[in-house]
Amino acid sequence: MELLNKLSRCFSPSGREDKIRELIKAEVEPYVTDVYTDAMGSLICRRAGKGKRLMLAAHIDEIGFMVTHIEDSGFLRFINVGGVSAFNCLNRAVEFENGAVGVISYENEEKPASAGLAKMYIDIGARDRAEAESKVRIGDMAVYKGEFSVMGGRVTGKALDDRVGCYALIEGLKTAKDCPNELFTVFTVQEELGLRGAKTAAYAVEPDMGFAIDVSMTGDTPESSFASLSLGKGPGLKLKDASFIANPSARDFMLGAARSAGIPYQLEAAAYGGTDAGAINLSRTGVPAAAISIPTRYIHSPQEVADIDDIENTAALVAKMIETAL
Amino acid sequence: MEIKEILQRLDAPLGVSGHEEEIRAAISALFAEYCGEVRTDALGSVIGTLRCGRENAPVMMIEAHQDELGLMVSGITDEGSLRFLTIGGFDPKTLPGTEVTVHAEGGPLFGVIGATPPHLVKGPAKGPEISDMAVDIGFDKEKSERLVRVGDIITINTGFTELSGSAVAARCIDDRGGLAVVVRALELASRLKLGCDIVAVAAVQEELGLRGARTAAAGIEADAAIVIDVCHGTSPGVGDNAFPLGKGVVVSVGPNLHPKLTRGILDAAKESGLDVQIDVDGGDTGTDAWEVQVAGTGVPTALLSVPLRYMHADYEVGDANDMETAARLIAAYILGFKGGEQLCY
Amino acid sequence: MLLKELCSLCAPSGCEDEARRFIIEKIRAEVPEAEITVDTMGGVIAHKRGEGKKVMVAAHIDEVGFIVSGFTDDGFVRFKTVGGIMTTVLVSKKVLLGEKKVPGIIGSKAVHLQSREERKKPASMKELYIDIGAKDKAEAEKLLSLGDYGVFAGEYTEFGDGLVKSRALDDRAGCAVMLELMKKTYKNDMYFAFTVQEEVGLRGAIIAARRIEPDLALVLEGTTCNDVHGAKPHQTVTKLGGGAVMTAMDSAAVSDRRYFEMIKEVAEREGIPLQIKRTGAGGTDAGSIQRSGAGVKTAVLAVPCRYIHSPVSVMSKRDLESLGRLAEAVLREIERREF
Repeated sequence: MELLNKLSRCFSPSGREDKIRELIKAEVEPYVTDVYTDAMGSLICRRAGKGKRLMLAAHIDEIGFMVTHIEDSGFLRFINVGGVSAFNCLNRAVEFENGAVGVISYENEEKPASAGLAKMYIDIGARDRAEAESKVRIGDMAVYKGEFSVMGGRVTGKALDDRVGCYALIEGLKTAKDCPNELFTVFTVQEELGLRGAKTAAYAVEPDMGFAIDVSMTGDTPESSFASLSLGKGPGLKLKDASFIANPSARDFMLGAARSAGIPYQLEAAAYGGTDAGAINLSRTGVPAAAISIPTRYIHSPQEVADIDDIENTAALVAKMIETAL
Repeated sequence: MEIKEILQRLDAPLGVSGHEEEIRAAISALFAEYCGEVRTDALGSVIGTLRCGRENAPVMMIEAHQDELGLMVSGITDEGSLRFLTIGGFDPKTLPGTEVTVHAEGGPLFGVIGATPPHLVKGPAKGPEISDMAVDIGFDKEKSERLVRVGDIITINTGFTELSGSAVAARCIDDRGGLAVVVRALELASRLKLGCDIVAVAAVQEELGLRGARTAAAGIEADAAIVIDVCHGTSPGVGDNAFPLGKGVVVSVGPNLHPKLTRGILDAAKESGLDVQIDVDGGDTGTDAWEVQVAGTGVPTALLSVPLRYMHADYEVGDANDMETAARLIAAYILGFKGGEQLCY
Repeated sequence: MLLKELCSLCAPSGCEDEARRFIIEKIRAEVPEAEITVDTMGGVIAHKRGEGKKVMVAAHIDEVGFIVSGFTDDGFVRFKTVGGIMTTVLVSKKVLLGEKKVPGIIGSKAVHLQSREERKKPASMKELYIDIGAKDKAEAEKLLSLGDYGVFAGEYTEFGDGLVKSRALDDRAGCAVMLELMKKTYKNDMYFAFTVQEEVGLRGAIIAARRIEPDLALVLEGTTCNDVHGAKPHQTVTKLGGGAVMTAMDSAAVSDRRYFEMIKEVAEREGIPLQIKRTGAGGTDAGSIQRSGAGVKTAVLAVPCRYIHSPVSVMSKRDLESLGRLAEAVLREIERREF
């Protein structure tokens, strides 16, 4: 899990994905024909093949925080970058790109439950504005400071959404034996802001079929609301969320790959959420698309939890999809 | 073909958004009766072309959506019933006490969405919620798990019903009514000497956010487009933003619609003596017109709507005469359509 | 199939003509020795003479439905429910009205036009109406009159693991069992009462019981079953496929103690699955019969029906068979035993 550890800890809020892009580029370069970074910052890796164009996408950005104001007292006001929950971020540690650490808390006249992000602030330990400004400037972004740990057969850390997807895509690329398709593995940016990187990448790639590899919530915790997936039962083959509905050809392709490789899988239909599959699906004149979900608990918290077998099985599924002609 | 006949041919085939195979086959066959070329795009939208024979003729796109609302299995309960999520904007109030079909891999299964009987309801009644509902297919958990998969589509069982006069009740007249208008307009236009090519489009996934119209229009690059959808019909308690049935087709005006194209259509209605009502929309019309207008480098777009009562309920009620009026109006306008200067600001 | 034929009949309380005609024909054809009386409310009593006790077996032929209560100027039909129908099952359902079975759709405001508050609330009767497509009041009145009755549209359908879906299983299931029971020969003086207006207050049974003055009565019913998603174990009432159901007590009647114990004994001895209803809600003709005259020992046997009083009530054919076997065994036991 060394690679996943590195990926999880890397700083990469939406729009500031430079560090992780370099990390991934170094990992995949030996396994692809060419690599380039597009105008938005997505890493587009092509492995030449004779067949149709297959696009596999995982996003490299994570949710975060952006500083909007520095108080005279040295506290920072902020806005969310992507889907930050006020409940999850209360009294949590965050980290800036330069290593500065802060803690999020709230104006305690408010009840924590009703305190929106506008009533919250980041305490970076500064005594006053001057000290704060020596570490952080308006417009700087921070991410959760989550510990990466292996808990038996499971892992916890920040940004498993979607570093586990990136990991599976990298490992799949490394282990796939042949490549009958013209393959594009795309590490997309700004997914958390509305599938933005995938949109422009798909426009450039013009794939014949596309898949997102992303995380999806589970319904297997005590008294949780319903969700199709459980941890440890294999990758989810996602047939619907709010951003797309799987085209039958895309559904059959991923189902066929999972079955022929004997990989355990779960079928998933979700009412909410969105993935890069939605952006790929509606690119140009339309692209059959679907998504592979790695079941994940506590998504968008500093300690997301996923299952190692699920992650490895997703990597194996990715490899099988790469090896399968469209 | 009479509107009622077309509607009936389009009633049995199913076409839940993203799973439009049956309706796609039916609409392809209907388009093929008038169009020399019929193709399907990557998402499943059906595109038929009726050529006028002239080189570089302008292209008029007439569009309606082929998809309908439905449900999707999301899990199986301990009782063996099916949890589901909705595809498109359902009113949960329409679901209790409904018969459904589960389209499982091994063949269709009958099921019902139950309802708590009055004997067991205590306290003030609460509005039904989808998360409390399940489809009862009469099997235990083990058997249900063998027969049904997450992702299987569920449809509501209804039947095409002729009401008094020209009124009809059926599932998803939104937008089978629009499709019937497209087919009837093609039939009328095929008898005319045209100055433009007509591209008829039956788009997919409208109910999920105008998705099919976006990709179809991007590929067609039409010179102008007429979108046909439904609008709310008046009924007791529904007067605002609604139009009476049987009083003609509704033509929309507003930023979503091209003023000259719309003006031309209104003029054609006047010349042909066809009944029209005007709807005013300040922005998003909530129809495929919203996507078609900004497809590619932009498409001058008009919107015709057929008044419909109980939109998105199991049974919707519309008037076949309004659909006939819409088709005649399209044919009347297209006869004089030349593109180019005609639509310049 | 008998149950299917019975379920196709439209007979809301107060307008049971279709069911009455069918049942009389059926009795004449298959039990010619029975003497048939039609009472003043339209209930049918078939008498098979015998030597012993006077036994009344009852099932009701009516069902919940609708009645036309007015027309709007623009041709919509106002209606009231006949019997207990939740407004939650009305929206968007197809109904058949009047003798000519005029089709209509129960309309309500489209979801797009509902405010946030409206979306959360269940539909209320005052905002519901039936749309028959009429352009105005005059056109509507050509098709229907005030006081015309209606029912939900929908076919009898078999599905799942030996299950049946239909409207009016309450109490066509009981009628089906009774029509079969009638064909047998009994020692006792047997009265088979097909009662009316059960759904509006157990009313037909009042006059039927007074006419018959039975010593003992057995009511055959369709009863609540709530073994469905979302119900806690103590809320299930009965279990589909769990056999015939006997009521210990409901809002209308408490079963006679010795009669109740006897039926349990019979079921056990004959190996017929029997469950005891686990709620006190609901009422049956037993309430009317039990307190008729000087009082009548009464028991209720039923078949469990999920989603009862909705257009899609569901029952198990195995339970119906259990009910038939148990009812016959009980009638036989009554021939042998004194109370």
